Amino acid sequence: MNDSKKDQNFEINKVINQPYKYGFQTEIETEEFPSGINEDIIKLISLKKKEPNFLLNFRLKAYKKWKTMSAPEWANLTINPINYNDIIYYSIPKKKEKLSSLEEVDPEILKTFEKLGISLNEQKQLTNVAIDAVFDSVSIVTTFKEKLAKYGVIFCSISDAIKYYPILIKKYLGSVISSGDNFFAALNSSVFSDGSFCYIPQNVICPLELSTYFRINDKDAGQFERTLIIAEKNSSINYLEGCTAPQFSENQLHAAIVELIAFQNAKIKYSTVQNWYSGNNLGIGGIYNFVTKRGLCIGKNSHISWTQVETGSSITWKYPSCILLGEKSYGEFYSVALTNNFQQADTGTKMIHLGEKTKSKIISKGISCGQSKNCYRGLVKIASSAKFARNFSQCDSFLIGSTSIAATYPYLDINNSTGIIEHEAKISKVTEDQLFYLMQRGINVEQAVSLLISGFCKDVFTMLPMEFAAEADKLLALKLENTVG
Amino acid sequence: MKNTILDIQNLEVFIDNKKIIKNLNLTIKENEIHVIMGPNGCGKSTFSKILAGHPSYTVSKGNILFFSKNLLNLSPEQRSHEGLFLAFQYPVEISGVTNYDFLRLAYNEKQKYLKKKEVTPLEFMELIEIHLNQLKIPSEFLNRDLNQGFSGGEKKRNEILQMLLLQPNLIILDELDSGLDMDAIKIICETIMKNFSSKTSIIVITHYPKILNYLTPDYIHIMREGKIIKTGYIDLIEILEKDGYEKFVE
Repeated sequence: MNDSKKDQNFEINKVINQPYKYGFQTEIETEEFPSGINEDIIKLISLKKKEPNFLLNFRLKAYKKWKTMSAPEWANLTINPINYNDIIYYSIPKKKEKLSSLEEVDPEILKTFEKLGISLNEQKQLTNVAIDAVFDSVSIVTTFKEKLAKYGVIFCSISDAIKYYPILIKKYLGSVISSGDNFFAALNSSVFSDGSFCYIPQNVICPLELSTYFRINDKDAGQFERTLIIAEKNSSINYLEGCTAPQFSENQLHAAIVELIAFQNAKIKYSTVQNWYSGNNLGIGGIYNFVTKRGLCIGKNSHISWTQVETGSSITWKYPSCILLGEKSYGEFYSVALTNNFQQADTGTKMIHLGEKTKSKIISKGISCGQSKNCYRGLVKIASSAKFARNFSQCDSFLIGSTSIAATYPYLDINNSTGIIEHEAKISKVTEDQLFYLMQRGINVEQAVSLLISGFCKDVFTMLPMEFAAEADKLLALKLENTVG
Repeated sequence: MKNTILDIQNLEVFIDNKKIIKNLNLTIKENEIHVIMGPNGCGKSTFSKILAGHPSYTVSKGNILFFSKNLLNLSPEQRSHEGLFLAFQYPVEISGVTNYDFLRLAYNEKQKYLKKKEVTPLEFMELIEIHLNQLKIPSEFLNRDLNQGFSGGEKKRNEILQMLLLQPNLIILDELDSGLDMDAIKIICETIMKNFSSKTSIIVITHYPKILNYLTPDYIHIMREGKIIKTGYIDLIEILEKDGYEKFVE
């Protein structure tokens, strides 16, 4: 390789190796449980949260199940052994029992969210987005509750939901992802500390976009939150989720659950921009992100759409899925996963067609740089009952440099002959010719790479809500551009 | 006296330890059209990429002055901003990036470099319309992905559209005629000549003399094995057409 070529490769490396902007830690006093997991800890969590008995039983049942399970090994991931007894399962900022207004929130925490670009002050918010802010194990504040209540929309922390809407919780919690669904789901079901809850009544188009912002602050605490969204007949909701964490040299565990339920003609659109700390350029530190997300299209013509932009985490293990039970129900999955340095992502979706004339669409874009590993893993299952089902899948990979790995594992399980399944896949690289062409037109290498990547991701970015599309673009630019910050 | 735009002295270039340009000298003054001809593999397309700063080539000897600047010290994008334009033989296709976004970015980057005001999307639309009309390109063209699925003729037109937009001083046309029918060659060459000002110069790289019916060259250079072996006027073409390149081998 000659010098100028080396220079150019060096340039590209500089472009994709941006420091993590959200790596600061907030100094606050916390109330923590001792590390480790056992029945006593679980009982303590439940007691602390003043939970009804059914929930404690739900937790204990999940824990029993979890003890018999082992971590899944089928993913294309190399994971350092996790000692589940070293993890703190409950860590909350030390403060008053109940936060009734923003003034009671620790100013340090408010500042943290301000720094992250999330204003929890309703007056200061520019966009029409209601936010549930989760800091380590607890929901700090939920904005615009009153405004939403006028429409009958319930938006609160899951802890509040357990307290105030136990009937809904008893009926739906764990109804899409059972407490023993998989190793990480079982772990979450036994120790989950908080999360968001959202209920959209019949015939209501939710007037605001709802969002949860997850922040891990504590070095030794795991974050185990769960989200439950129920959209009744003819309702519609747009949900956004964002996540960041400080920079530590240890790995933190994040094992979340998101359950969605859509009734007849209801539509749930769930978008995530995940930017957990991904570890340093030697692969040290970063979040282990093991998430189970699943939506149930229970009603006729119901519609669930997942969009995710995954740029952070040291390890991502995540397959937002749809169970298409209702006739003509529709599931979508749009994903951009960017991995750099030693990040590993094994992500994709499952589309389970059970009802007649159900449809699903999968668009996955994986971008790998550095020594990272980026795998798409997806299942399209068409049950014998799912007559005339349709699926379209497109899985594209984009390689930057020559040391990263991209892989695609599409699984098909087709049990009747009336369906139509289409699958497209392609692998592209940033070619020297493309860069040279753009540079000849006066576009520098950072912008050229950024342009090629945003072009590659366009199909997915157009699916994001406006506010998020801009954020995602910024996030990728931050990871990709030298000039920002 | 006319100013010198490009002055190449004693150029020697390697790729992968192989010498591909040897002792090349060339001086181009403003308002001149130079044609570089030669058999396949003689190094003429390589020469165009070297001028534009392709990273695969290593210049081991010689100097290139572009106006008064040392071209070899400039990055590819700086060369572009300074007024060097290469119309590619095979323009690359880039999916997901619209022609419009690409053109506006390229234009604004140059504006920034020249410390001029960047244009808004609306201002840019007005600006680009004029060039589109000149090249008889419909405006839907802007909404398509950059060169993606373009026919050979459309790609070449798009190159010239970029040329009109960026208003370079030194234009290198690398095999402009490949993949074009006669009508398209005519429109494109007429557009180039209409915009050929006293401040610009053109290097035409071709192995097909037909294009020279539309572009009136000042000098013809014959290149072989990385070297200019003969320089003359338009009458060289006649000899070439009769006897081929063999005639010029010493």
